[in-house]
Amino acid sequence: MSTPFDFLEPLSRLQDKIDELRQLSETSGVDVSREVASLEAKLTAESERLFASLTPWQRVQLARHPLRPQTSDYLAHACQEVVPLAGDRLFGNDEAIVCALATWDGIRCLVVGQQKGKDVHERRRCNFGMPHPEGYRKALLKMRLAERFALPVVCLINTPGAFPGIEAEERGQSIAIAENIREMAALRVPIVVAVIGEGGSGGALGIGVGDRLLMLQNSYFSVISPEGCAAILWKDGAMREVAAERLGLTAEVLQRLGIVDEVVPEPPGGAHRRPQAMAEILRAAVARHLRELLALPLDALLERRYRKLRAIGSVIEPPAASA
Amino acid sequence: MVLDRLRRGAFARDPKKIPDGLWEKCPGCQKTVFKRLVEERLDTCPECNYHFKMGARRRIATLIDDGTWQEWDAEMSSADPLGFVDSRPYPERIAQQQAKTGLKDAVLTGRGRLSGIDVALGVMDFNFNGGSMGSVVGEKIARLFERARELRIPAIVVSASGGARMQEGVVSLMQMAKTSAAAARLREARVPFISVLTNPTMAGVMASFASLGDIIVAEPKAMIGFTGARVIQETIKQELPEGFQTSEFLLAHGQIDLIVARQDLKAELARLLAYLKPAPSARGAHA
Ligand SMILES: [Zn+2]
Repeated sequence: MSTPFDFLEPLSRLQDKIDELRQLSETSGVDVSREVASLEAKLTAESERLFASLTPWQRVQLARHPLRPQTSDYLAHACQEVVPLAGDRLFGNDEAIVCALATWDGIRCLVVGQQKGKDVHERRRCNFGMPHPEGYRKALLKMRLAERFALPVVCLINTPGAFPGIEAEERGQSIAIAENIREMAALRVPIVVAVIGEGGSGGALGIGVGDRLLMLQNSYFSVISPEGCAAILWKDGAMREVAAERLGLTAEVLQRLGIVDEVVPEPPGGAHRRPQAMAEILRAAVARHLRELLALPLDALLERRYRKLRAIGSVIEPPAASA
Repeated sequence: MVLDRLRRGAFARDPKKIPDGLWEKCPGCQKTVFKRLVEERLDTCPECNYHFKMGARRRIATLIDDGTWQEWDAEMSSADPLGFVDSRPYPERIAQQQAKTGLKDAVLTGRGRLSGIDVALGVMDFNFNGGSMGSVVGEKIARLFERARELRIPAIVVSASGGARMQEGVVSLMQMAKTSAAAARLREARVPFISVLTNPTMAGVMASFASLGDIIVAEPKAMIGFTGARVIQETIKQELPEGFQTSEFLLAHGQIDLIVARQDLKAELARLLAYLKPAPSARGAHA
């Protein structure tokens, strides 16, 4: 049976062999360290080869990998003194967005991140990472708190999109996202945003406006899912791989377009293979940006943020047209 | 004469009496109605008051006092940040939409007087590629907010859009952030912004500046929302309630301030603006 992860098959086979040898050595006491080392070198080389030529569609698959580290992993491995904060004090507590006071590499801050859930129960509670309006409103409430106490904000994006449902529309999905975008554009503390998995459209942007935008190497950020784009523009779902290619949704393309500030490398074989190592890498990257931003005077920070957003776009104007 | 009798409805329902091409079918009540009568009523149905889609130029003519309109950024058109190709290259699609509509892109912006009040007005046009927001819409709306702030005149944007323009990828998505950032500065300066939602206003436009008005007005029975009804239905596999994502639905759920029929829009905007005066100086927000 084919799965979206068939392209990772050579890596899993090597990993299985390594695991097998290790087990053998444990039960029999035979020294296999040389064989293991050589297989591990082979695994690294093989994953480097494979990952150097991933297609955008394969990147999308990696971004959606069920074992990919989530906000909860970064809170566990990249943060200390974590205090989760629930609720929007209006309607409910949307677990698709996690908010927590946390100490990030020694910097006290607020972490806001989408959470898809790790097992059947958590996935259901988190609605597979698709927030309702109350999730966005919770995020805004906590960001306002961070602003009042001069805590910088770290946002971790990982959503297929805001939830498309009746209740979400009834409670103002559009308005919740729009207000978050507006308030984040002017929030008077530094904001570092990192796309850790799926960056699905407006639902991602609802916690995605800030001073710096980072993307993990195998995450994606897109105006629409490749499947949705294929259905609309080609009227053919099978065109999703082409759509992924054309949409320019990878970290490298978005860095070239000046939208992404830094592409964060993942451990060999992808973030899902070594969540802890991934957390270490992201911790260092985010902390570096936070320190740079914290050193700026607030007015300069806000002006830069505005200029950065304001500069995105590509239009053609006759030379003397703008009066 | 004929028009008079039509208005009285004598043979409004008898297309045979009037030559072809002068009639159109109303999507609201399915009746065949006399075109000139529809136009006279600002593109609304004489039978059921259905609001037909209205182009940007005509909308401006209905809102702005004669001879006072100065268009901004009239020549701005879209580049092709991704080199996007679907059934055709994106620049070709743009050229075709320009030829079809006589517009450069999906929004017109400018300054004019609305019942004597100096305003900055933006009007989207659904006929241009479904009113989709790409770099041009984003840039023109952001400049509109910035100029309204500088000039200290109220901003009004009449929206009609299916959402972000896919052919510009994340560049189009980020226009949501760009326009909202400019709206934040306008708000901070206490210069009023009235958002007028028309049929349809969806997705990327609705989830950004269109939802950020100090006052949000909608035309009757417009389709307004975040996700399109078809996608919602496919996701949740349930029937959608009657009237879902209409202006009336939004009003009932507390998301908009008022519904105004097109014939009353200009007068109602003037009435609102008499209450919402820009703060007197650039420091007004702190006064
Ligand atoms: Zn009708």
